[in-house]
Amino acid sequence: MSEHELRVSKIRDGTVIDHVEGGQALNVLAILGIDGSEGFGVSVGMNVPSDRLGRKDIVKVEERELSQSEVDVLSLIAPEATINIVRDFEVVEKNRVTRPDSVTGVLSCPNRNCITNADEPVDTRFDVVADGVRCDYCSTILRADIADHIDV
Amino acid sequence: MRQDHLITATQLSRDDIEAVLDRARAVADDPAAYADRHAGRVLALCFFEPSTRTRMSFDSAAKRLGMNTVGMGDVDSSSVSKGESLSDTVRVIEGYADALVLRHPSEGAATLAAENVSVPVVNAGDGAGQHPSQTLLDLHTIRENHGLDDLTVGIMGDLKYGRTVHSLAAALTNFDANQHFISPESLRLPRSVRFDLHETGAQMREHTDLEDVIGELDVLYVTRIQKERFPDENEYHRVAGEYRIDAETLEDASEDLTVMHPLPRVDEIAPDVDETDHARYFEQAHNGIPVRMALLDTLMENAEAAEGMEVDR
Ligand SMILES: [Zn+2]
Repeated sequence: MSEHELRVSKIRDGTVIDHVEGGQALNVLAILGIDGSEGFGVSVGMNVPSDRLGRKDIVKVEERELSQSEVDVLSLIAPEATINIVRDFEVVEKNRVTRPDSVTGVLSCPNRNCITNADEPVDTRFDVVADGVRCDYCSTILRADIADHIDV
Repeated sequence: MRQDHLITATQLSRDDIEAVLDRARAVADDPAAYADRHAGRVLALCFFEPSTRTRMSFDSAAKRLGMNTVGMGDVDSSSVSKGESLSDTVRVIEGYADALVLRHPSEGAATLAAENVSVPVVNAGDGAGQHPSQTLLDLHTIRENHGLDDLTVGIMGDLKYGRTVHSLAAALTNFDANQHFISPESLRLPRSVRFDLHETGAQMREHTDLEDVIGELDVLYVTRIQKERFPDENEYHRVAGEYRIDAETLEDASEDLTVMHPLPRVDEIAPDVDETDHARYFEQAHNGIPVRMALLDTLMENAEAAEGMEVDR
């Protein structure tokens, strides 16, 4: 199935996040803080056949370009993603995501006894380690289940 | 040690540890020389969890350096129970004291506290996290009995929730130490501690039976298995019983084996062990005084040097 068959229409201005691991599209939107109430156009393709990933998700967001910190966090759940910036129907920039050194304020700590889960005025902070992330406060390591702890 | 705080044992290098332990030796040799070292300074003892001996140990160490101490009273009657955040509490207490010692039931509490104040913070236990000042006195005890290299150490009991275990295991990676971890399957070292040990290339093995390794050990560090860790009381009694030692258990051990325990013990070390030459846990507890004096002295010195630098600039 080619992309135009998906009825995920081309966008004029915005961002196309391609090669997202199948099933992670809604988490991508969560990371971006998009729930539809913002008013801009959002299209999501899920479980699209992909040569590289087997199946992939695609997220298109109109009139919105991603910040570096948003791209950093995306890299944790969609390490193969490509970010296409579209202006006037043309892809003007195409980037692969890269893993950041740390992620602040996006994930919640899975350790219920962590001080970041008490009622403290503090953002969570995780170091990115070999195959996951690690809480800077309690040292708990979060691996495959990162997407379950997105807190936005 | 050029650190501002003592939060986890993973932050400590071999040099940091040896500097504090050298100073602890000097303190033990001539306590009078340290008696007025920090006169006029105040140490706040912030214990959000019941503790008698760690608090008394810091209190006594501070007073032997000429410091005064202030405490919070019972957790139940303090503002903690009125819902004030830890961040706010330590910011207020910072105004009353020149350094803080913190014990708190949540992991990461000391890290958070240190981010909110500019005076030195010592982590005296954060939930199932770390207890690094205990580790310094543990290492002092090991050093005085065996030295810190070419060591084989067995750590037994509740390795999952035991904060003294987490700190000791991390600190031992600075030395040439083989570490054996002996526990029931359900109380193995947590993933984060194993991760750090693997990262540093530590020589470590995990066991469920003390018998497998007792003959190889220079040090056996016993910790308490708590009833609360088991959903079922019978299961607790069955499991805990397998991790108790008595004089007979130690018959297979090396003559020079040192048995340690962070105390308080309940029944995991039988009283008949006290009569053997292996028992060092009371000596270990007493080492808390010179080691905590050395630690506080070092941190206060660092803080004063930092203040001096600001003035000079
Ligand atoms: Zn945490």
